[in-house]
Amino acid sequence: MRFLFKTDYDQDIRLAKHSGYYWSYGALLVLITAVPFVLDSYYVGQLTQLYIMAIAGVGLMLLSGYTGLVSLGHAAFFGIGAYTEAVLTAGVTLPFMSEPVVFPFVLSFPLAAIFAAIAGVIIGVPALRLMGIYLAMATFAFAIVVEEIFSRWESVTNGYTGLLVESLYIGDMELTDGRPFYFLSLGMLIMVILFSLNLLRSPTGRAMMAVRDSEISAQSMGVNLAKVKTTAFGISAGITGLAGALFAHKLGFLSPESFTVLQSLELLVLVIVGGLGSLHGAIFGAMFVLALPQALAIMKDYLPLYIAEQPGLEPLIFGMILVFFIIFEPLGIYGRWLKVKLYFQMFPLYKKATFKRQKSYMKSERLR
Amino acid sequence: MTLFAAENLAINFGGVKAVDGVTFDIQEGECFTIIGPNGAGKTTIFNLISRIYDSTEGRMMFCGEDITTVPPHEIAGRGIARTFQNIELFEHASVLQNLLVGRHCHKTTSLWSEALFLPSVRKAELAHREKVEEVIDFLDLQHYRDSMIMNLPYGVRKVVELGRALCTEPKLILLDEPSSGLNVEETQDMSFWIEDIKKDLGITVLMVEHDMGLVSEVSDRVLVLNYGRMLSYGTPQEVQNDPEVIKAYLGG
Repeated sequence: MRFLFKTDYDQDIRLAKHSGYYWSYGALLVLITAVPFVLDSYYVGQLTQLYIMAIAGVGLMLLSGYTGLVSLGHAAFFGIGAYTEAVLTAGVTLPFMSEPVVFPFVLSFPLAAIFAAIAGVIIGVPALRLMGIYLAMATFAFAIVVEEIFSRWESVTNGYTGLLVESLYIGDMELTDGRPFYFLSLGMLIMVILFSLNLLRSPTGRAMMAVRDSEISAQSMGVNLAKVKTTAFGISAGITGLAGALFAHKLGFLSPESFTVLQSLELLVLVIVGGLGSLHGAIFGAMFVLALPQALAIMKDYLPLYIAEQPGLEPLIFGMILVFFIIFEPLGIYGRWLKVKLYFQMFPLYKKATFKRQKSYMKSERLR
Repeated sequence: MTLFAAENLAINFGGVKAVDGVTFDIQEGECFTIIGPNGAGKTTIFNLISRIYDSTEGRMMFCGEDITTVPPHEIAGRGIARTFQNIELFEHASVLQNLLVGRHCHKTTSLWSEALFLPSVRKAELAHREKVEEVIDFLDLQHYRDSMIMNLPYGVRKVVELGRALCTEPKLILLDEPSSGLNVEETQDMSFWIEDIKKDLGITVLMVEHDMGLVSEVSDRVLVLNYGRMLSYGTPQEVQNDPEVIKAYLGG
């Protein structure tokens, strides 16, 4: 066990709580930097996809895990980011110019995030009056509307014919493929995580958690509920939109089918299985969501044919795992990780009862 | 000097007059207590003052300003903090974070400076933490500083909630049944703290309380409510000897 001796208020503010952080996160950084030079391109692509999903996961985590607002419509923000990126990098004819303007990626990425954030704020305003399941319904409806817009607004999105996404170049180097894209996505992920960590250790982040745990007392402490909720929606949608912009280049070809309700569900599963209320959870969740279809595909080879060939096998297993997590491990993979960590820290004195769930009797104790 | 005044305050829920024509004033530096049988409208008055409910009639003055229509989240910034009858803490956060939320009404930093954690944000955070540590010292919470609220016993939560209200640096603090659910010792501690809050910190206290021992120990004046109406008004002794009050509590 490590006991921290606190001598300075700054110790509670710092991101690295003790020297162990430098070692473990340093080692992780070295590992992920070395990986693309060792693995072959298929795995590099998969890891890139992991980082993109993790960015979207962090976005949804800020909203669902930290502000306590459930969204079943994040595929819409993901899609808005992706389409914005595709349209901007392909070139837009602005009203006062004759030539189409091609936006460089340093502009198009932020713009994709900003467009998605604006959509987030717009859906956030009616969401102020909705809670829990009703909010989930409203965001769900929003996602369906946006999906419909993607398929019908053919002059911009090309409808079901699809939209080709231009590759990005710096000089002769293609930025949106292989190692450069890996590092671009990784850099974005690290940036988004730092952004979120900073928010969470400052008043806005605490206000978000306050809104999650008790709106009424948050309000009495001077938290403007409307402002915090719309801000949370905006930031969350913006980050998800950024992930969408990267995803557009990963796919190379956009069609409305890429941004359906299933994608929203996948994102929700990501944060719940990863562990609501922790940024680690978003990363673990992204690993889960990416690894599961692969694992299922491998598993299929070993199953009897009449089971393996059944349609709907994957959603079934997906759903079952989600249910098991909600029942047996509501804190998700991150919660399990904490337990394993504590086991080794306390070895051999770990007490199983440390994490025993107790029945809650007070209103404020019930799970969000 | 009058710090807070309610004039003819009233609220109806449908046909129920939860509070009906209540007028009282709170002097700076005193401890003012509202008592009354269950359902008398005590907590409703608190919710009116913290603007969670809109009053149907009457007005409220605080520091010479009309606060009858101020939005609820601005109340804390004006100097009125409160605790809740059934503890409303942020369960999935540490004691320190809970107290820091109490500093929210003194927030000076913007979203973007926070996202980048600029030096100005760090400076503001350190200042908030200094204030929070003062409150932790005042209420002897050092031991629980980093504990999660959900792992704390009821008595400690009650104190944390008091601390969170103190972190807003209020002029007037509303305590909704500060001794409910506390044992004899904890109630005694609470009465000392209320005295200290009044005398050392110079904060005016408005409290709802059932424990008459605590009430007569710390209150300067008492208001008795029954069915939303004012029944009696005076020092603890006067009120306890009022035949109307005895009738309301004991029947007959």
